[in-house]
Amino acid sequence: MQSKKVSTHDVAHIADLAHIPVTEEEKENLAEAFTTTYGVVDILSKANTKGMTQTQQVTGLENVTRDDVIDETRMFSQEEALRNATTIHNGYFVVEQVLDKS
Amino acid sequence: MKANELTLTNAIKKLQSKKLSHKELYEDIEEAVKRKNTQLNIYLSVDKQAQQKAEKLQQSVLAGMPFAVKDNFLTVELPTTASSKVLEGFMPPYESTVTKNLMKNGGVVFGKTNLDAWAHGSSTETSDFGPTKNPRNPEYLPGGSSGGSAAAVAADVCLAAIGSETAGSIRQPSSWCGCVGLKPTYGRVSRAGVVAMASSMDSPGPITKCVEDAALVFSCIAGKDRYDATTVDAPIPDVVHTLKDGIKGYRVGICYVDHEKLKGTPAANAVIEAGKLFESLGAIVSYIPLSQQLEKNKILTPDYAIGIYTVVQRGEVSSNLARYDGIRYGADRSKFGAEAKRRIMLGTFALSKYFDENIYEKAQLTRSLYIKNFEQLLTQYDVLVSPSSPGFAQKLGASKNSPMFGELEDMLMEPTSISGLPGINVPSYHDETTNLYLGMNIVSGQWQEEKLLRAAYSFEQATKWNSWK
Repeated sequence: MQSKKVSTHDVAHIADLAHIPVTEEEKENLAEAFTTTYGVVDILSKANTKGMTQTQQVTGLENVTRDDVIDETRMFSQEEALRNATTIHNGYFVVEQVLDKS
Repeated sequence: MKANELTLTNAIKKLQSKKLSHKELYEDIEEAVKRKNTQLNIYLSVDKQAQQKAEKLQQSVLAGMPFAVKDNFLTVELPTTASSKVLEGFMPPYESTVTKNLMKNGGVVFGKTNLDAWAHGSSTETSDFGPTKNPRNPEYLPGGSSGGSAAAVAADVCLAAIGSETAGSIRQPSSWCGCVGLKPTYGRVSRAGVVAMASSMDSPGPITKCVEDAALVFSCIAGKDRYDATTVDAPIPDVVHTLKDGIKGYRVGICYVDHEKLKGTPAANAVIEAGKLFESLGAIVSYIPLSQQLEKNKILTPDYAIGIYTVVQRGEVSSNLARYDGIRYGADRSKFGAEAKRRIMLGTFALSKYFDENIYEKAQLTRSLYIKNFEQLLTQYDVLVSPSSPGFAQKLGASKNSPMFGELEDMLMEPTSISGLPGINVPSYHDETTNLYLGMNIVSGQWQEEKLLRAAYSFEQATKWNSWK
């Protein structure tokens, strides 16, 4: 892994993946920030991690489960669930159309 | 002395012995808020019913004391914004476990405090609602991300505060504001109802006026929670009663004072002085050269940890903040501020094919090395001591245009934070010209908060750096 320069074209692609709207000026700044990040994380390639396993849980807990029982005291009413939505329709959340009608 | 200037422990004592009333206490607090909040920008919202609630809690552990709570803890009765315009005006439908535990023990959530938006930062300058200023000297930053909570304590507009830390967000602002800040072991205090930042590291904890207060608040909020599967079902040590047992025979390791960016600085010198003091209190003190690679594969240096933290934290942020789509609650993604955009995208970038090897996997492998190496090191030492921040508070505006500001600021805490270890900041020096503070970070092994609280208490008692003494 070596430090490489990240282009505004790469930034546009990442922005699309992350669903973040960015202006042309932001693209320039982000390309620079990404390039700096490359430099900072570059050191990891030098660490000898032979024989190590990945950290999944820092205190070593595994497979924590609970009984599959519905806790009715924690359930939201429909009204509570919809209370913070900006647009609702007939008791539903309104989402953007994702499929083309034609 | 006004009642708002009391420590939590002393105010409870006074109240229960009828030398102080809730009315007097809350009037002093409200007067201080009125005088200071516009200038310092600490509280984003306050509960006007706080005094009324407190009056019913006389007999409880926390006796109706007013708490300042970071605005990334969900509270049913006060809006929760995480200092982001995305969540402006959001009224949570449920309560965080930490605030629930506080209230169960008789604490009152007096107000919600400013933070770096989504807790992304170490300055509180990235808040969408403007920066908080350092009450010790308003030309300076309070640090972050729990900058509002540390400022609330330093400005005496509460008796104690709650913050959250991923790597430094409790201890660094405590250091800059001259307070005590405890980051518990990961999994000791529930994350349920805390706006998620980096879930494998996020740890809620107290910011207080003294070590005794930190121990008390910790004992009220810690414990297994069925709504956070990473909390551990381990006994909570009786930290309040063991505080005063002293540190005779403690094995203290001084680290990071030889780091190239620290050598000879006031922050490093304060820790070296602390080492001498610990020795005089009966501890066995030695220096650990952690700034260099100890031997093959024995890395515990800040630089690898910064790399790991950058990848893991940004990666977890991009995943956790993917849920803000403006459909069920909050505004849409165009309302994210510049820093949140940058972190979400850096995370997406770190998890993408742009790197020639799987950088996330490599980071998690290297993280395992730190965990193992610290575990071994902490069989030889009871506590590790280093500066909390590399220096004093920086001036307003310092974090602008520096994408790695937080990482450099928190570099001394990242190695232990990625390893889940607990740590506490205690004031270790005061500069009379600027009225600013330095802080010292005391770390112990996982689940050993008792040890570090004892060391911190002994230090606090033997020095003059605590401004509430």
